[in-house]
Amino acid sequence: MKSGKTVSIAEIARAPMLRRPFFWIITLVIVAFVVAPLIGNNVELRESLLLAAVYITLAANLNIMLGFAGYINFGSIVFFGLGGYICVYLIASLGWPLPAAELAAGALVSALALFFGLGILRLRGAFFALATIGINEGVAAFVSNFQPWGGSAGFYMPTTVFASLGGPMRALWIIYFLLVAVMGLSLYLTYAIKTSKFGLGLMAIGQNEDAAVVLGVPAPLYKALAYSLSAFLPAIAGGLYFFKGAFIQPADAFDLGLSTEAMVIVMLGGRGTITGAAIGAYLYEELRGSLLTSQTFSNFQLVVSGVLLLIIVLFVPGGLMGWIYRRWPRTKAVLE
Amino acid sequence: MLGIIASVIDGVLIGSVYGLAAMGLTLIWGVMNVVNLTHGAAIVGGMFALYLLTSAIGISPYAMLPIILIGGFIIGVGLYWIAVHRMIGQPHLMILLSTFSVNLVVIGLGTAVWGTGLFNVQVSVPGVTWHRYTFSGTHIVAAILTAVIAGALYLFLYHTRLGKAVRAVANNREAAELAGIPTTRILSLSFGLGVALAGVAGMLIATMFPFTVLSGDAYQLKSFVVTALGGLGNPAGALLGGVALGLIEGFAAQLMPVSWTLVIEFMLFVLVLIIFPRGVFSFKRT
Repeated sequence: MKSGKTVSIAEIARAPMLRRPFFWIITLVIVAFVVAPLIGNNVELRESLLLAAVYITLAANLNIMLGFAGYINFGSIVFFGLGGYICVYLIASLGWPLPAAELAAGALVSALALFFGLGILRLRGAFFALATIGINEGVAAFVSNFQPWGGSAGFYMPTTVFASLGGPMRALWIIYFLLVAVMGLSLYLTYAIKTSKFGLGLMAIGQNEDAAVVLGVPAPLYKALAYSLSAFLPAIAGGLYFFKGAFIQPADAFDLGLSTEAMVIVMLGGRGTITGAAIGAYLYEELRGSLLTSQTFSNFQLVVSGVLLLIIVLFVPGGLMGWIYRRWPRTKAVLE
Repeated sequence: MLGIIASVIDGVLIGSVYGLAAMGLTLIWGVMNVVNLTHGAAIVGGMFALYLLTSAIGISPYAMLPIILIGGFIIGVGLYWIAVHRMIGQPHLMILLSTFSVNLVVIGLGTAVWGTGLFNVQVSVPGVTWHRYTFSGTHIVAAILTAVIAGALYLFLYHTRLGKAVRAVANNREAAELAGIPTTRILSLSFGLGVALAGVAGMLIATMFPFTVLSGDAYQLKSFVVTALGGLGNPAGALLGGVALGLIEGFAAQLMPVSWTLVIEFMLFVLVLIIFPRGVFSFKRT
């Protein structure tokens, strides 16, 4: 029975993208994100969904390393922050247009990740995880001492940059739609990876790296590519996010807390599942919102994240999707 | 020249305390192959235990050492049963995440209660003056206490039955189990011991430097660097590695701003692991 299910999943995976149900589920989510705040020009909902889109982008891309390859990246936020810095710098100081600055930020951060990845991915398991904290701390220390980017005080953009997008009001909508597009691309990308040979290789590495290497998976190359790919879209999201705020400083850009939240989201939704990353991000964003507004809990956000993560790791290692798969096994064929 | 000798001596004094902290980490690593990310929290726990005890009781801070040692042991054993026991034998990923989440909870609670401001404990120990240089008394006492604790740990591991059991479990858990050693109890004991050592190291650091709730991360990192330098699962190597790190830090501080120290240490950590992966990894396996 088990093998029969595998075949059906494999059949779906072999079908062209446009005929797979999950492709359309992702598309529906994106359409919902676009349409919902437009109804009645709901700015409050837009801001809340914007945060959800950022969380989904971070979680989905973290999933490539954490979920597929089984490598913990404690410092995934470095991509987001560095992308933000590069983008804000290119726009404010060199006068680049937004799209060019975004693409440049994504490409640069990805290239840097490939470079660092080839080095630190020679470390296995726990050592890699520790080194990723180091990458984040190292980049944060570098930026804090780097005067052209404002050092530790940070970097303001003149609000006139919004003029090219038709004024601040219109700019905020454009940034929102772009972030939703980045979120959608993240979901499509992780889905495409999961159903590809590359993704299978990553998952083999996640199961047993030595065995994967023996079976011919080029583990170092795959890991470095995965690390680099998981940097591209978060960097662009960071660019948009900090462009929106018109201000960036090291403490916000390289906040390890956000990395942690991304990990909690991936584990909450279910490691290695795309639906899980999206639902986990949405749930976590809602939870966080209600915690922040509550008097008792606003100081204990870190504690709540920690307790949540501990409970998931100890008692529900499969996360939400793991539970759903067990409860309704047929969903496995549709929800990736 | 004299200045360099003086900074070397001070580096050795401070480094030995780093070595003590790393011994706690490396013991857990060696015995149960667990990377303990609550290590930083344990160090901060020791710091704040000292702070609270001295302000509540008001006797010499060094008299608190046994209290912190025993308290740390009990908390460590508890921690083992809460967060580590279910994870033994599971992929590294899950152990990292479970210890990391405990760390988050502890640091989060600490931040909520004490904020992130600087604290320090008043300790008056007369320094030793040598030519133009004065060595801080707290550094000397900390190094002496470290040597005493390290010696006691050595005696425990190599000259008691229980210590022998710990080493047997570190060597081969299944074989130890077959030989009738209650391995689970040994694992929880080792975890408690590791946390106790981290707590005492934190306490000694608190007598030397001011600290915050968030200091744990930096000292945890130092412990990892020391562990990588000294060989995984090797308490004696940890002490040497600690001294080496103390010296490196002393020199680095004269060459560049302090804000770069953490970066240098991380680079060192990664480089050591990349250049000596066999030496580092093979210690336990052989």
